[in-house]
Amino acid sequence: MTAPAGATTGRSGMSGRLGLGGVSLRRIGALGRAEMILLLRNKTAATTALLLPLATVGLFSTFLEGDGHVSTGAFLATGMFGFVLLYVVYYNLVTTYVARREERVLKRLRTGVATDAEILIGAAVPALVLALTQTVLTVVAAMVFIDLPVPVNLPVLLLAMLAGCAIFVLLAAASSGFTRTVETAQLTTLPVLVISMIGSGVAGSVDAMPDTFATVCRMLPLTPVLDLVRLGWLGTTGAEAPRDFVGVLSEARQPAVIILLWLAVGVSAIRRWFRWDTRH
Amino acid sequence: MNQTMTAPDPAMAPPGRETVVQVTDLRRRYGGSDGFEAVRGVSFSVGRGELFALLGTNGAGKTSTLELVEGLAVPSAGTIRVFGRDPYRERTAVRPRTGVMLQEGGFPADLTVAETARMWAGTLPRAHPVDHTLELVDLRHRARTQVKQLSGGERRRLDLAMAILGQPEVLFLDEPTTGLDPESRHNTWQLVRALLVDGITVLLTTHYLAEAAELADRLAIMHRGRIVTAGTVADVVAAHPARISFELPDGTSPTDVPTLPGIQPAPAGAAPRSGSRLTLYTDALQPALTALLGWANARGVELGGLDARAASLEEAFLAVAHSEDESMTGGTA
Repeated sequence: MTAPAGATTGRSGMSGRLGLGGVSLRRIGALGRAEMILLLRNKTAATTALLLPLATVGLFSTFLEGDGHVSTGAFLATGMFGFVLLYVVYYNLVTTYVARREERVLKRLRTGVATDAEILIGAAVPALVLALTQTVLTVVAAMVFIDLPVPVNLPVLLLAMLAGCAIFVLLAAASSGFTRTVETAQLTTLPVLVISMIGSGVAGSVDAMPDTFATVCRMLPLTPVLDLVRLGWLGTTGAEAPRDFVGVLSEARQPAVIILLWLAVGVSAIRRWFRWDTRH
Repeated sequence: MNQTMTAPDPAMAPPGRETVVQVTDLRRRYGGSDGFEAVRGVSFSVGRGELFALLGTNGAGKTSTLELVEGLAVPSAGTIRVFGRDPYRERTAVRPRTGVMLQEGGFPADLTVAETARMWAGTLPRAHPVDHTLELVDLRHRARTQVKQLSGGERRRLDLAMAILGQPEVLFLDEPTTGLDPESRHNTWQLVRALLVDGITVLLTTHYLAEAAELADRLAIMHRGRIVTAGTVADVVAAHPARISFELPDGTSPTDVPTLPGIQPAPAGAAPRSGSRLTLYTDALQPALTALLGWANARGVELGGLDARAASLEEAFLAVAHSEDESMTGGTA
């Protein structure tokens, strides 16, 4: 007898091959609903997830300027994608994974039918919903209020955001392994947050950096995501004149490869560092 | 295969009964090859509809063993089969048929009881109605209370409710009644008994001897990672002497008491004298008691607070707890 009929809508597919088990949307939905209630009940976490990205962009708008073919407004609007990934997905999820682990919720869930992948994704549902909502609102608001163009290549923009979510869910799960309490998450998330802020084009264009530094920065996890966001929306990362729907695709190749590398790094990082149980 | 052996192993399910849980030479070592070995060669099996209790001192390896059977970790050595399958590698096949209660917690503090139950039910292929299950553990009136506001006993009951919510065929309960008041404990026992009547198999750990005596078809007492003794309560107790205790009458000394039939040395860890109270051990309770009363009669003295009882799990447990590791190894070195 294998899994009962109707319980598993997905097959073991990709996540099965990664050793995380199959995926059922029904179970992810049940876990995700509970997580959403928990997020909204936790004032600190809810404030971080709902207000911090916008507040940061507001702060940065007081001193940042656009670069090359990217206007200041366009730079800030695309930068919002970065802050959403860093705060709503990454930081928020590190605290979520740590809190659930320390409450032994992860261990308890693991005794049940839900697979490892479903538990990890289920806990990430509110973060992903809020992140995607905020980026959609950002695009709409930017088009309405600061006259940014309709995205040049919407599929590239969407894929960039989904890939960014995947990378930062994986990095959050891996970082939670180094984090003993929810409070110390403020420290353990600093390396990723600070390096991304400095080097990934949220606070200044990577193209404007000195060559060797720029080469390193292009390899950071957030940089290729923001490159694709800018290519998909604006048709350029700044240095070159904006391209059209098709022209964007050739530019997108290099960031896409770096994204795939980070997804691989993220998967091996959680398999190595993620912990389901409190320390013995 | 154990049917072919002449003397059945008391740790194994009775022949003729379908084996639900089969544990063979199980070992669990924490922290690498020179780490602490918490489980050191444990074997037992549980038949369908049986309740098997793992007893033991703190740190005996009960929880470490149970976690492996639950499929939460991979053993360092040995095999586990639940319904004939590996509970870790074949978890998608095994999990829909098992219900688990961990020793500690496991539900988000900010969710209410009802939200917790709905979340858990949403992960199960065939869940009982939530209200009905909460009713069974007497928590329905607390459905809108957040988990963090529940008492310790109420949390244990919520945990038990979640363990049975998925209509499991086998339950793994790690200290299910720790922290419960006596009434809740009895209610839990009643619930477990009702589940056994329905044919559910139960493997539980406990450090309440009364719980094991009350519920277990068979039990094993663990000490330092090994099963020291196993079998039915009667089997386990049979190896231990009965106990007679009384106040020494004024003007008599312990040496005045005659040598009673079947007299045994006091088990390790037991105090033969406490104040004027003397405790004697015998494996022939009735003749020993007759001789003692005859002696008291002849001397015309009264034995105050006379108490005579057959061995209980407590004697067996204390004997194990105070035994030296060396004398208890099962021969596998």
